[in-house]
Amino acid sequence: MSGYRIHRPGERINRQKPLSFIFDNVQYKAFSGDTLASALLANGVRLIGRSFKYGRPRGIVGFGAEEPNALIQLETGAHTVPDLKATQVELYQGLLAGSTTGYPSLDFDLKGLLGKFGRFMPPGFYYKTFMEPVKAWPFYEKFIRKAAGYGRAPVEADPESYDHLHHHIDVLVVGGGAAGLWAATLAGRAGLKTLLVDEQAEMGGWLLTERRSRIDGLSGMDWVGQRLAELASLPNVTVLPRTTAFALHDLNLVQAVELLQDHLPLTERNAALPRQRLHKIRAHQVILASGAIERPLVFGYNDVPGVMTAAAGHSYLNRYGVAVGREVLVQTQNDAAYEAALDLALSGVKVTLADARQGGAAAWRQQALKNAGAELLLGHGIAKVLGDKSVTGAQLVKLDGRNNQVIGSGPRLSVDTVLSSGGLTSTVHLFCHNGGRPVWNQQQLSFVCPDEGRENIACVGAITGRWELSDALSQTHAAVAALLLGHGRGSSGKAPAVAHEEVAAPRAIFRLPDGKPEGHGAKAFVDYQNDVAAADIHTAIRENYRSIEHVKRYTALGFGTDQGKLSNINGFAIAAEALGKPIAEVGTTTYRPSYTPVTFGALAGPHVGETFDPRRYTAIHASHDARKAEYEVVGQWLRPWYFPKAGEDLHAAVNRECLATRNSVGVMDASTLGKIDVKGPDAREFLNRIYSNAWSKLDPGKCRYGLMLDENGMVMDDGVTACLADDHFHMTTTTGGAARVYSWLERWHQTEWPELKVRFTTTTDHWATVAVVGPNSRKVLQKLCTDIDFDKEAFKFMDGRTGTVAGLPARVFRISFSGELAYEINVDANYGRYMWEEVMKAGAEFDITPYGTETMHVLRAEKGFIIVGQDTDGSMSPNDLAMSWAVGMKKPFSFLGKRSLLRSHTAGDGRKQLVGLLPLDPKVVLAEGAQILSNTDDTVPAAMQGHVTSSYHSAFLGRSIAMAVLKDGSKREGDTVFVWAHGKSVPAQVVSSVFVDKEGVRQHA
Amino acid sequence: MANRYSLWSLIKNGLKHHESWQPAWKSPQPKKNYDVIIVGGGGHGLATAYYLAKEHGIKNVAVLEKGYLGGGNTARNTTIIRSNYLWDEAAHLYEHGLKLWEGLSQDLNFNVMFSQRGVMNVGHTLQDMRDIERRANANLLNGVDAVVMTPQEIKDMVPLIDISHRTRYPIMGASFQPRGGVARHDAVAWGFARGASELGVDIIEQCEVTGLIIEGGRIKGVNTSRGDIMADRVGCVAAGNSSVLAKMAGLRLPLESHPLQAFVSESMKPCIDTVVMSNAVHGYVSQSDKGELVIGAGIDSYLGYGQRGSPHVIEHTAAAIIEMFPSFSRVRMNRQWGGIVDVSPDACPIISKTRIKGLYFNCGWGTGGFKATPGSGNVFAHTIAHDDPHPLNRAFSLDRFATGHLIDEHGAAAVAH
Amino acid sequence: MLVITCPYCQEAREEEEFSYAGEAYIARPAVPEEVDDATWGDYVFHRKNPRGWHWEQWQHVAGCRKVFAVKRHTVSYEIAGSWTLADGKALYLEEQA
Repeated sequence: MSGYRIHRPGERINRQKPLSFIFDNVQYKAFSGDTLASALLANGVRLIGRSFKYGRPRGIVGFGAEEPNALIQLETGAHTVPDLKATQVELYQGLLAGSTTGYPSLDFDLKGLLGKFGRFMPPGFYYKTFMEPVKAWPFYEKFIRKAAGYGRAPVEADPESYDHLHHHIDVLVVGGGAAGLWAATLAGRAGLKTLLVDEQAEMGGWLLTERRSRIDGLSGMDWVGQRLAELASLPNVTVLPRTTAFALHDLNLVQAVELLQDHLPLTERNAALPRQRLHKIRAHQVILASGAIERPLVFGYNDVPGVMTAAAGHSYLNRYGVAVGREVLVQTQNDAAYEAALDLALSGVKVTLADARQGGAAAWRQQALKNAGAELLLGHGIAKVLGDKSVTGAQLVKLDGRNNQVIGSGPRLSVDTVLSSGGLTSTVHLFCHNGGRPVWNQQQLSFVCPDEGRENIACVGAITGRWELSDALSQTHAAVAALLLGHGRGSSGKAPAVAHEEVAAPRAIFRLPDGKPEGHGAKAFVDYQNDVAAADIHTAIRENYRSIEHVKRYTALGFGTDQGKLSNINGFAIAAEALGKPIAEVGTTTYRPSYTPVTFGALAGPHVGETFDPRRYTAIHASHDARKAEYEVVGQWLRPWYFPKAGEDLHAAVNRECLATRNSVGVMDASTLGKIDVKGPDAREFLNRIYSNAWSKLDPGKCRYGLMLDENGMVMDDGVTACLADDHFHMTTTTGGAARVYSWLERWHQTEWPELKVRFTTTTDHWATVAVVGPNSRKVLQKLCTDIDFDKEAFKFMDGRTGTVAGLPARVFRISFSGELAYEINVDANYGRYMWEEVMKAGAEFDITPYGTETMHVLRAEKGFIIVGQDTDGSMSPNDLAMSWAVGMKKPFSFLGKRSLLRSHTAGDGRKQLVGLLPLDPKVVLAEGAQILSNTDDTVPAAMQGHVTSSYHSAFLGRSIAMAVLKDGSKREGDTVFVWAHGKSVPAQVVSSVFVDKEGVRQHA
Repeated sequence: MANRYSLWSLIKNGLKHHESWQPAWKSPQPKKNYDVIIVGGGGHGLATAYYLAKEHGIKNVAVLEKGYLGGGNTARNTTIIRSNYLWDEAAHLYEHGLKLWEGLSQDLNFNVMFSQRGVMNVGHTLQDMRDIERRANANLLNGVDAVVMTPQEIKDMVPLIDISHRTRYPIMGASFQPRGGVARHDAVAWGFARGASELGVDIIEQCEVTGLIIEGGRIKGVNTSRGDIMADRVGCVAAGNSSVLAKMAGLRLPLESHPLQAFVSESMKPCIDTVVMSNAVHGYVSQSDKGELVIGAGIDSYLGYGQRGSPHVIEHTAAAIIEMFPSFSRVRMNRQWGGIVDVSPDACPIISKTRIKGLYFNCGWGTGGFKATPGSGNVFAHTIAHDDPHPLNRAFSLDRFATGHLIDEHGAAAVAH
Repeated sequence: MLVITCPYCQEAREEEEFSYAGEAYIARPAVPEEVDDATWGDYVFHRKNPRGWHWEQWQHVAGCRKVFAVKRHTVSYEIAGSWTLADGKALYLEEQA
């Protein structure tokens, strides 16, 4: 035998395709079809990581999803991925990987030195120390954090993409082993829309490893080939390899992630295609055929590199042509591991098999093994493994036949590898994700899925504890035939024929005894990834952490990225022994998604970057771009914030925009305001109920400002609503509140007042709205419109007209959010940009000035107009806003929120009310969000009186102004208060919040 | 303390193969009578019992837990601790809790691994920034530490965050509470259990309360799966079951119980040294001492006691995290789970007497309960011991839903935390 | 993720098409001014919040935008049925009786 490669019939690697890869800066050779783990083993690499707590040397233990140790960093830079299991990484040409633990190096690890004091680090030791001195904890923690953790988080943005695909199907089969393939075949033959997923690159499950069985007279993989050919021929069947079903949710929603390009060299990946795809599968029927995973036995120093599961040793041999050692000790308590021992022995490896059972396996197996030249030691167990960074031998002991006691010493063997098998553990995870409970099977020594499955979930094969292929396939056939019958379909074909083989019962042993009390001998690991030893479980229980959840949480058993696939049952069994209870009574911890880790990118799918959330633009956006607007994000909208001219900052631009508007004319895109068409004979009554003010007397052609309260009496939205006809209203809402108000109207109408004849249509996107604002706005409108009389008396403030503006049908409202003479023109959104440009042209002679939200805010603050969400926060009633004029307490119907206004606290004194503030120094602009104090010498905690909600420099007034809410503010006009922000306070006078044109002359002009 | 924990105790017990450790708490058979029964063996309930015994000398106390200690939201939260609440009442209550956290490991002689690495709330809009300023100033004047940060300061502290304008919702700034942080959630329950047990409190696991015994408007005891247990005072502090318990007393509560989901990544080397939260994109992330990214978001919309939610919520949360941390796209989710949160109308708790004499409720912590654990237990113990609220929880009584005196933290807490 | 049948569209659809709209059949006091603060507060804020079957409202926001009644179990999340608000109310009242 040269190196560790051995030619095996049926191996799954392609010797015609040699590859090279780099691990920890060393180049190695491999073959196409290898995993990183098989390639490393083939090259004799054993030490692959350091353990979490003690820094102990660790090597590869498993060959798939169960691997606890071999967590590697794949690739570098933007393509790097932390914490992949080497056993699941398909090798490609040029692959670059490295170990994730060991400081300063994997070979020489400081934590490993500290780990020599492991006896002083029982479970939960950090709960018991690091408490003194108090201030030192951050230092301790820094060290603890540094010592923990595996891979390094990527630093660069992910260059690859992900997508989502939805399926609505009849049958989902999870697992492409013998049972899953047969289940899919039957479902497919019955004409059901069927999807088969398997996490591996190749279908076949255990048949990829196991070579002796014959199914219907064919070798295992020939039968798999036959199945796949048949499935490919059925148009109603889809087969997805490299696809892991990782979560099962209510109503058979299964999430599965497909690795589309991870197996390709970086240079060969197609950037146009996703790296991974998340399948969201709704299946009427789920068939779980996820098999079982072999667990190791627990014995002293069972974590030395070179100790693996028997199934792993077997798989590396038969699938990848890798002998994991030259002198191998196989330790078992069941028959299955004899198969691994036999294949190794037949391949020229020197094999010793120790069986914890006095009688050993079925006689024919023992004979076959002896014939192959292997040595057999019955009634023996490993007391401890010898070696540090690699196995050098093992000390065995003789075991009592019934009690787990040592009855004598055994041989000390010189071996380079130890394989152990503690029996199989059914992969019940998906079954349990949303409430299913596995049951303990004392014959098979595993928690298994019940034969009857759950509603619309069938369980077939090894997941039910049927370890023998013949049993698994006949149970699969019967179960699937029954469920097809339930779906009104017959099944065609007979169950595949597999010869039944005699099997001896396994021994119920999990922890091999070493003759010493637990905790006195060599550490025997249960959970490799979290360094949980058998003694730790005993200690936890001694300290009264007796619930299995407490054992798990106190020791960290099963918390790793392997999710306890190897460790859980051993841990439960050891806990059961310590508690003196049967395992079934101890139960399991909760199985949670995901079965194996899933990339955040796959979860997010396409909803990242620009498509994280829709971005809404108004119809006029291109015009704003052309005028170099800066934008503000408001909800999903992008609104012009200000329009800087060359060299202007925000303040310069806003000052110019404000003055231009107050002195001549400005123009603003108001299209984002929510608009709802309210129509019907009871529309008016509906408005009476939904708004706090009265709508009974609003004539067609008139507009009114309305306040909307929630049932708690607090202001939730506001806006101007125009009466178009007696039964027809054009409602506007805030930009951010549009969707909420629309649902609000619908829900009250449908749930509470269905008798009202009214309907609602959201028209926000249908209208483009251009506000023309300022003393010259009338002249601009007159130039654009011939069929509306803009005369001061004919078209008054708060009037609305329909007509033609710039040749377009339009609704024109004379409303003002600035206190100026102003008109809002609404036209079909498709003509919005045209309208805007026409207004710009018509206004050119008045130097019409486009302005954005910032100027809008200043103009409205000069008038004391509120912005819901800025000057209110969900705790402001109309009275608090000095807007009791907008509350029709005498309206016959008790409008929404009215009753709440009468509650003792809401109607009482001491509430905060909206006021204006003038800083005594007119050059000082108060900080928005600053708090208000009555005295400068208030000490912390200070009696805060309110806060500044809006604050600006008013170019028009040539000074700063602010709006604020202030305790009992309505009674405090003239007071001086102190406005406090970040340690500095500024005096300001309480004034009316109307700073400009208190009489309203300008807007009525 | 009989079995005091220290480095010395570790060495001593290590030499004895860890065979001499005493139970962290005792598990006695329930007695027939107690002075006070606490229903719910989570962090809040155990803390209540601990402070009843320690500060009020009431030691004849039973804590009844239907499952295992700390198995509810204590086991299921994302461990964020902060006190930077907007309104005075809330800020004072949570700050009381934060101060207790700061000495808790020493007080309990149990390291709860309270890590004051700071909590950052990032803002993405001008209004977010106004709200951040308002809250920070209010915090400072309430004696709560607060800093407002620029994008560059955020980037300096959290190098992996994206502060560029390439994102859908660019980051404009943040508020930061340096004294905030995270703790080891399970340890809090165990530490309080050990402390309470040491003071004489009976901790009874696997004991489900099935009914409340009320006579003439007074509480007399509880029916349990282990028989009737009598007490003149009963404090209910069982998040996720508050409405169910209230119904046993014929009471209605202003609560809705929703699923709240969270997930962790695989364990990685330290890459984020604080807690980053965003209300606007709906996600928050910190890194546990073990190296996992701990991630959460908003609640599921519907009522649910199933301890599970809908996967699209998790998918959206992953997207939100990638929005802020584009490199985390290649990090993998290891495990996800769900809890049940009792959401109140004003996002503030209810710590209150009820119209039944001797029956008290502590509930409605929504998504923010973990951070309050010691503070909640402390004031609830006072409320029970004196049959009168502590000044810090007077405002959190049930009657605020009649008078309208809500403490509306919604504006400050649109996202779960 | 729930699958909800809209009684108007007569189609079963993923939860993402719908919006939860709270407990169903909460009675708004007919004359709010005639009830005391506590009664009003009970209507505005207090909820049944049962661990078990729950009558609730969902709105088909990405569909017909109708609000309808669903009877759903809050632990198993099983849905017993969905009805128009009017049809559901009769069943609801029958159950309450």
